[in-house]
Amino acid sequence: MEILAILPEISLVVFAAILIIIDLRLPKGRKELLAYITFAGLALIFVLAILFSRPADGGDPAIWFGMLRHDLLGFTFRLVFLAGAALTSLLAVEWDSISKRGEFYILLVFSTLGMNLMASAGNLVMLFLAIETASIPLYAMAGSMKEDDKSTEAGFKYLLFGAMTSAVMLYGFSLMYGFSGTANIYALAEAFTSVPSTPLFASLVLVLVGFGFKISMFPLQFWAPDVYEGAPTPVTGFLSTASKAAGFAVLARVLLAVFPLADWQIILAVLSAVTMTLGNLVALWQKNIKRMLAYSSIAHAGYILMALAAGTEFGVNSMLYYIITYLLTNLAAFGFVIVYYHQAGSDEIESYAGMSRRNAWLAFGMLFTFLSLGGIPPLGGFFAKVLVFSAAIDAGLVWLAVIGVLNAVIGLYYYLNVLKVVYLKRQPGDEIPMRINPVHGIVLVVCVIGVVLMGTLMAPWFRLTAEAARSIF
Amino acid sequence: MENSLLTIILFAPTIAALITLLLPKDSRKLVRWWALAASLVPLAFALVAWFGFESAVVDPNGYKYVIIAPWYEAIGSSYHLGMDGLSLTMVLLTTLLIPLAILASFGIDDKVRMYMALFLFLETGMLGVFLSLDLLLFFVFWEIGLVPMYFLINQWGSPKGERELWGGLKIANRTYASFKFMIYTMAGSLGLLLAIQMLGVVFKTFDLPYIIQQWNALAPNDLILGGFTTVGTAKTVAFWAFTIAFALKVPVWPFHTWLPDAHTEAPTAGSMILAGVLLKLGAFGFLRFVLPLYPEQAQAGANILAGLATAAIVFGAFAAFGQRDFKRLVAYSSVNHMGFVLLGIAAAAQEMGTQSATIALNGAVLQMFNHGLSAAGMFFLVGVVYDRIHTRNLDEMGGYFPLIPVYGGVLIFTSMASLGLPGLNGFVSEFLVVRGAWDIFPVWTALSMLGLLFTGAYILKGIAKSLHGPLNQTHSQHLGEISKRELAVIAPLMVLMLWLGVWPGWLLGVIDKAMIALQSAIG
Amino acid sequence: MSIQDFPIISVIVFLPAAVGLLLMLVPKDRDKLAYNIALAAGLVTFLLSIVVYVSFDQPLAISVNERLASGELLPASEIYQFYDEFDWLPALGISFKVGVDGMSTPLVLLTGLVMFTGVIISQRIEERKREFFVFLFILASGVFGVFVSLDMFALFFFYEIAVFPMYLLIAIWGWKQTREYAAMKLTLYLVIGSVVALVGALAMFFAAGGTTFDMVTLERANFPRDFQILWFPFVFIGFAILGGIFPFHNWSPDGHVAAPTAVSMFHAGVLMKLGAFAALRIGIMLLPEGAKFHLPWMILLTLVNVVYGAYIAMVQTDFKYVIGFSSVSHMGLVVMGFATLNHDGMVGAGVQMVSHGVMTALFFAVVGMIYDQVHTRQLDELGGMVKYVPHVTLAFIVGGLVSMGMPGFSGFIAEFPIFMGVWGEKPFWNGPVFPEWLNFLNGDNNWIAIVAAVSIVITAAYIIRLIRKVFFGEFPKQFEGHMHDVNPSEKLALGLLVLVLVGIGIFPSVIVPMVETGVERVLILLGGM
Repeated sequence: MEILAILPEISLVVFAAILIIIDLRLPKGRKELLAYITFAGLALIFVLAILFSRPADGGDPAIWFGMLRHDLLGFTFRLVFLAGAALTSLLAVEWDSISKRGEFYILLVFSTLGMNLMASAGNLVMLFLAIETASIPLYAMAGSMKEDDKSTEAGFKYLLFGAMTSAVMLYGFSLMYGFSGTANIYALAEAFTSVPSTPLFASLVLVLVGFGFKISMFPLQFWAPDVYEGAPTPVTGFLSTASKAAGFAVLARVLLAVFPLADWQIILAVLSAVTMTLGNLVALWQKNIKRMLAYSSIAHAGYILMALAAGTEFGVNSMLYYIITYLLTNLAAFGFVIVYYHQAGSDEIESYAGMSRRNAWLAFGMLFTFLSLGGIPPLGGFFAKVLVFSAAIDAGLVWLAVIGVLNAVIGLYYYLNVLKVVYLKRQPGDEIPMRINPVHGIVLVVCVIGVVLMGTLMAPWFRLTAEAARSIF
Repeated sequence: MENSLLTIILFAPTIAALITLLLPKDSRKLVRWWALAASLVPLAFALVAWFGFESAVVDPNGYKYVIIAPWYEAIGSSYHLGMDGLSLTMVLLTTLLIPLAILASFGIDDKVRMYMALFLFLETGMLGVFLSLDLLLFFVFWEIGLVPMYFLINQWGSPKGERELWGGLKIANRTYASFKFMIYTMAGSLGLLLAIQMLGVVFKTFDLPYIIQQWNALAPNDLILGGFTTVGTAKTVAFWAFTIAFALKVPVWPFHTWLPDAHTEAPTAGSMILAGVLLKLGAFGFLRFVLPLYPEQAQAGANILAGLATAAIVFGAFAAFGQRDFKRLVAYSSVNHMGFVLLGIAAAAQEMGTQSATIALNGAVLQMFNHGLSAAGMFFLVGVVYDRIHTRNLDEMGGYFPLIPVYGGVLIFTSMASLGLPGLNGFVSEFLVVRGAWDIFPVWTALSMLGLLFTGAYILKGIAKSLHGPLNQTHSQHLGEISKRELAVIAPLMVLMLWLGVWPGWLLGVIDKAMIALQSAIG
Repeated sequence: MSIQDFPIISVIVFLPAAVGLLLMLVPKDRDKLAYNIALAAGLVTFLLSIVVYVSFDQPLAISVNERLASGELLPASEIYQFYDEFDWLPALGISFKVGVDGMSTPLVLLTGLVMFTGVIISQRIEERKREFFVFLFILASGVFGVFVSLDMFALFFFYEIAVFPMYLLIAIWGWKQTREYAAMKLTLYLVIGSVVALVGALAMFFAAGGTTFDMVTLERANFPRDFQILWFPFVFIGFAILGGIFPFHNWSPDGHVAAPTAVSMFHAGVLMKLGAFAALRIGIMLLPEGAKFHLPWMILLTLVNVVYGAYIAMVQTDFKYVIGFSSVSHMGLVVMGFATLNHDGMVGAGVQMVSHGVMTALFFAVVGMIYDQVHTRQLDELGGMVKYVPHVTLAFIVGGLVSMGMPGFSGFIAEFPIFMGVWGEKPFWNGPVFPEWLNFLNGDNNWIAIVAAVSIVITAAYIIRLIRKVFFGEFPKQFEGHMHDVNPSEKLALGLLVLVLVGIGIFPSVIVPMVETGVERVLILLGGM
């Protein structure tokens, strides 16, 4: 049933088409409905995916002539993207420049489609197409606030760097194809056994450039803060979670399937250490919460890389667990930024002063979210961090784990600084209660509960990620 | 009854103190009388112990009324009390002086409940020292007694007087004195604490008779404490640790400097107990712990101790003579008198088991008792005058005899006892000490006679400056005759002084047996 | 159904957090209601912890130890009492296992007591009372969780939960001048410690096969000696930071001073014990060979704690800083006791944890009562308080006597065996260090006990100074009319604390045999030293 396997992707295409029609038919005053429609559609596809597209045990993962891999890892990632996109569509509500524009939602759906394909691509060509399908809508989305210089700059910057790294990566793909004569990812490894190590290494580096850009890995992280800051916040949320997760999906698949572990483990480990240290250290100085979260997301990429650098099944498992937790947590974090932006009109950390007095529950949720980012129990971030550190130690990368835990402390410092402003600082007018759009409220509640569940009742999630990790080994 | 007798004596004051705290705040009279009545309970039981002492069951270690119960099992400490002639004497002294001190304190108006409660707590602490046969338990009571005394000096001490510390900081004299008292004693006890710990580690128990037995059975070259220390070394160190702690308390020159401050600043009753009982704790420690635990070391150090004792006798007397403050004079007299106790003990340590040693020990213990009576009396009498004229400066007194003849008579009587007039108690004990020590330390003993001479000088100076000479009118208008209550305080002391001076045998009999047993236990 | 079947430990662990979340639902302006709920919850938890303490079966614990000593491999469910277990994450061998032994039972009671009294003392908090209790109760849950966890993951889980509310509690309700700095410093120190320990714990997990976090199983993993020697410092020091070990003690006085009263009580009273306790549970019990290798030199660190801490306390001018540094000194004794690795030292350390916990809770409560009324803690500006708060004075004096190790109070019962443990410690110096005439010091650590004992006198000095400066002497004129006696509920709180201090001091058997059963088990793990 190869059709059922790509049912979500087909549905996405169909849904995008439907959205175009609805967008055209909706009267101008009712455009805000688009967000809910998008959410409903994505949620439906999410359900459909769970019901029909779950790969059967023991089935051949290669489908569609090896173009796609139908395994549990890809499946899990696809669910992650769908969930991320669905929640993003709700977060976009009320965001003036995008919420009432159909093309935003259509781009969102297309980007999700691309990510889905990224996660399950089994062929270099397919992979490249998927990456571009995912990326190009994102460039547009990042620059969608046309009146805002920063947004335009963000979109443009993102496009330029994205295109360039894509080109480099494509070159790497071509090298790989040229030396092995096959574009099938799972056939490459065997073909590479007879290839001299220098070109192999060269192609590895080139491919890492492309993937590294997606996940904002050092030294390809520099676009992230500007783009995150400039893009509309809901888009930033999506960029920092689903898009990053997609990057990790391909990175894990390609590295593990194609290249021998010995070649890249140390590279990845060092990059992981540098990435998280850099992200955390620079985040310390940030005054804008979106920029801070941008650097924090660089740091988190470092933690996730640590799990991947382990190169073990447990490592992939930990990576996946971390990514799911991080998706929920970071979406919530940007959700709070969005909610507060609607109230205060500013993303400066200082403007959060007195927030806990305006709405205790909102502050409490923010506390949970940021502490989860900082890795404090009983929240998902804690367990996820424990997992990635475990993976590193298990693989003998104790030094990396030590760097990791110290970084976690640095991270905690700036997260706490935000919470300090929220809880401790005062500003005029902080007695006025705050209004929250109920839709946002629901998203936040869902995310925060998810974060708590990921940190307390770990077993079901862990079973899922463990099975997913097993599927590619 | 026999087994619980000591427990009753020991904790009756504590219970009384707790009840005192629960009495209504404003009824001072009730509190005073209650405290007095309650303090008579231990005295009554001490008398029971005294009269039943001959017939009481003796345990293998020579103690009577013994009780053993588990207390701190984890480190091998038990609630082990027992009494011999030495502790009986001291218990008697303590239980006698406390009611008198409480009676003497009826003039206290400030925070009476707390004051009385502290006195009763103090009594438990002191009795505990005399009765404990477990080193840890002993230490508990040894230290705990400091606390009430600290607060008695600190809170009810003489309110006047300031002292400048380094850095120009001024603090009240009583604050300084109480602090010095506390820190000196605690620092002195530190070695004691450590040595007790060491014994506990070595023997896994703190039981005194057991440790004495085992300890002396070890050869000096046996290795203990993980095999890195010889018994000889450990004993020498521990001996000095014990000695310093006790010497501080006695106090022996040059560790005596806390004493004049503390005595002078304490309230009258506090001084009575301080001089009457607390100083005995140190001497008692020598007899109960140092001699049995470290006979060889004591013998080796005896000469030094005797020298220090002589220094205390001589310098104490000189210093007393040089004082203008009546109370300070009496305070230094304690240094002088307690020096005889230590001289006796040092002599005995030198030649354990000889007749001279026994005599010296008898003298020392009797001197402890006698000094308890006379020093308490002297401090009380100084307090009586101070209560009226609010000065202790001898230069501002003089010629009071005609105004207060009864008081004058009492003062002279007590002073004579203190001075060692034959026929009164002080003579008997000092004579015994000197007689015993003469054989053993002729030089030191001869030197200490110099101190004895000056004892007479300073006592007479005190009497002369206060009672005789031309009337000093600075304060005389406030002067009044000694009251009945005050007489009630001093009368029992006077009776005992006379009785012991005329016929010391009733007490010496008990002491003598204990001292012979002590020496034979050491072997 | 007997008491042992009721999941009382789980209730104790989760009740505070549950009540905390419930308090979020209380309307913002109903502070009184919030306080009453908190008080009730504190009381219930306290009573439950008393039930646990009273119904702890000592003969059973002793017989279990005998069976363990004879080589039987009993499961955690038989070693620990009130055992309770739920699967948490079976795939990684993580389960929620709780139970108490002779070491943790007194600490559970301590936590219950400090929580209850802490709530009472917090009645004076005016600002955002409701949220204060929310965070305080989350903290309490974390603390309980650490003491009863038998699963290494769960222990870390609760450990971190116990740390982070401190940040907010100090930063929001703390002393305005230093709260932000102190809160951040404290949090970072503690989190660094715990994550470093976490790395060690994970290393143990994988070295044992990566199948279980069950601590009883890990105790029997027989880690290679080199492995233990490598990882022990990570784990031990990581946790001991929370215990205030030198040179990582610096966060503690600052934190104490900046924290609001109830939090200081919790912090010094209970939280610092978490560090020592976890260092014992994970450091010494799981890595006994490492402990034997490293602890002898670590005793020197604790020696610095003990003496230096006391000395620094003596020169402080701020009431609360004195107490803060005294905690450094006293906690040094706890770690020193554990570091001796012998019966006496560890029994003493176990008792000292409770004794110091109660004592310092009492101290901070008193500091709070005075500061809240006169708004200064400068010793030179205080005085004569006894006139207004006689009972508080009395309670403080009792605490002070405990602090200086006065016999008859719990501090003596605790410190005495610690010193004995140091005496009995096996020698670790190779060759003579001291000159011939000091030969008795050579080859032996007896001098450590001697040096440490100096702290007793220093402690006495600063405690007496405190009592004199704060409670006696002249009452400053400018505070006339500001000072009032505390209310009966506060007196009750102080009374409870005093009761424990005196009770242990006079009747050591109320706690010591219980602690002994816990120590006995550690000694079995250490190979019957």
